Amino acid sequence: MPRAVTTRRKTVNTLAAWAIGLLIFFPILWTILTSFKTEATAIADPPVFLFFDWTLENYAVVQERSDYMRFLWNSVIIAGGSTLLGILVAVPAAWSMAFVPSKRTKDILLWMLSTKMLPAVGVLYPIYLVFIQLGLLDTRVGLTIVLMLINLPIIVWMLYTYFREIPGEILEAARMDGATLKEEILYVLTPMAVPGIASTILLNIILAWNEAFWTLNLTAANAAPLTAFIASYSSPEGLFYAKLSAASTMAIAPILILGWFSQKQLVRGLTFGAVK
Amino acid sequence: MATQHSRSAARLMMAPAVVLLLGWMLVPLAMTLTFSFKQYLPLRGGDLGWVGFENYVRFVTSSSVWPSVQATLVIVGGVLLITVVLGVLLAMLLDQPMWGQGIVRILVIAPFFVMPTVSALVWKNMFMDPVNGLFAHLWKAFGLVPVEWLSQASLASIIMIVSWQWLPFATLILLTAIQSLDSEQLEAAEMDGAPPLSRFGHIILPHLARAITVVVLIQTIFLLSVFAEIFVTTQGSFGTRTLTYLIYQRVLESQNVGLGSAGGIYAVVLANVVAIFLMRIVGKNLDA
Repeated sequence: MPRAVTTRRKTVNTLAAWAIGLLIFFPILWTILTSFKTEATAIADPPVFLFFDWTLENYAVVQERSDYMRFLWNSVIIAGGSTLLGILVAVPAAWSMAFVPSKRTKDILLWMLSTKMLPAVGVLYPIYLVFIQLGLLDTRVGLTIVLMLINLPIIVWMLYTYFREIPGEILEAARMDGATLKEEILYVLTPMAVPGIASTILLNIILAWNEAFWTLNLTAANAAPLTAFIASYSSPEGLFYAKLSAASTMAIAPILILGWFSQKQLVRGLTFGAVK
Repeated sequence: MATQHSRSAARLMMAPAVVLLLGWMLVPLAMTLTFSFKQYLPLRGGDLGWVGFENYVRFVTSSSVWPSVQATLVIVGGVLLITVVLGVLLAMLLDQPMWGQGIVRILVIAPFFVMPTVSALVWKNMFMDPVNGLFAHLWKAFGLVPVEWLSQASLASIIMIVSWQWLPFATLILLTAIQSLDSEQLEAAEMDGAPPLSRFGHIILPHLARAITVVVLIQTIFLLSVFAEIFVTTQGSFGTRTLTYLIYQRVLESQNVGLGSAGGIYAVVLANVVAIFLMRIVGKNLDA
C-alpha cells in the first residue's frame, strides 16, 4: 500500500531521483547525441549538447566502412539461434523437473548452475582446439552452440521457477480425462507457460547479445557479431568520436529496448529465483 | 501421483540438457587439466611431454601473479562496495513515492543492457580521454590539469566503468527486495518515534540481508571474469592485469598453453569456492 506523503516530500524525492537517474543515463544519452554530430562538433570545447547541426552522415559512414549489417545479422543469428536451441533443450528438462520431481532434482538443478560458474578463461584453449578440429572456429554455428551452452543453466532455471507456479492439479485433471503426455504438454501446459517462456527468451537474447568473451575470442572476419564490431574501434585513427557513437548506438539500441521490457525477468532469471 | 511411465518419460526429457551440460563441463575441463601437467607450446614444438606440477609452481611463483591477484581483488572489492552501497541508497530512493517513477527506473537500469565493449569504449574515449574527453573539458573549465585516467588512475577507472555497468543490477534486485518489505512495520516504527537511521539499521537492512548476499555472490562470479572492459581499454597494462587477463595472455598471447591451463585450474578452484556459498543460498530457497 502506498504511504501517504506530503507534496513537498514527494517533490524532493522526484527531483533527487530524476537527477540521479539522468546522471546514470548520461553516458548513453551523450553517445546518442554525439552520433548525430560532425566529428569536429563531437570534440568541441566547451561541449555542445543540443544545439548543433544534426546529421545522419556518421551512420552512413559506419555502414559503408565496416558493413554494419553483416555484424548485426551475425548478432541476430547467434543470439536468436542460441536462445531458440536452448529453449528446445530446456523446456522438456524444466517440465520434467517441475512436474515429475525426484529425489535428485534439486541436485541436478544445482549442478547445472555450477557449470555456469566455470570461468571461461580456464577452458578457452580446449574449446579453441575442439573448434579447430570440428571446423567450427569463426562460424555462426559454433558460436551459437557455445552461447546456448553457457546460457542453458539460466534458461532451465528460469523455466523451472515459472513451471513450478503452474498448479499440478490442472495437469492431473487433464491426465484423468485421458490426455496423452503429448497432448498434456501441447494443449494444457504450453498455453499456461507461454508468458514464462517469453520472458526467458527475452532475457537470454539480451545475455547472448552482450556476451563478450567467447564472441571476441572465437570469431574473426566471418562470424563476428556486434561485440567484435565495436571492439574494432579500440585502436582509433584520427577523429572518430561521432562514428564510434553512431556504431555504439546501433549496437545497443535493439537490446536497450528489449531490456526495458524485461526488468522483472532480469531479477528472477539472474538470481535463480532467490529474490522475488 | 506420477506413474512409472511418466517417470521414465521425465528422465528422457531431462537427458538432452544433462548430457549437453555434462559434456560442456567435463570435456574442456579434462583437457585443461591434462594440458596443465604438460609443457605445451603450440607455436614452439607443440606437446613436449609431461612435466608434473611444474606449471602450477611456475604460475604461482611468477612475478606477475601476485599483482594480478591484487588487481582482481581490488576490482572485485571496489565494484562490490560501490554497487552495494549506492545500490541500497538508490533502491531506497526509488521506493519512495514520486512522479515519473517508471521513467526513472528505466534510466537507472539502462547501463546494464549496454554491451561491455561499447561501455568500455565510450568511457575510454568520450569521457576519460585526456585531450578530448568530457572529464578533460570539465577539469580544464575549473583550471585543473586533465587526468590521464586510464594510465594514472587505471584501476579506479576500470572500477568506475564496471560499477556503472553493475549498479543497475544491484539496484534492481535490492529494489525488488525492498518492495516486499511490509510498509506497516516501517510506519509502526515511525510512529513509535524510531529515528530514520535506526529504522534503516533495524528494519530495512536486516530485510535486505539476503538480497545483498545474492547480489554480492552473483556479481563476484561475473566480476572475477571481467574481460572485455580490460581488453578494449588498457589491455592489462598500468596494473590492470587481472587473474583472468593474465591467464588469457599466457594462453593466447604467449601461447604457453600448459602454464595458462595451470592458471585456469586455479581460477576454476577460486570460482568454485565462491560458487559453493551461492549454491547454499539458492539451494535453501528450493526447499522453501
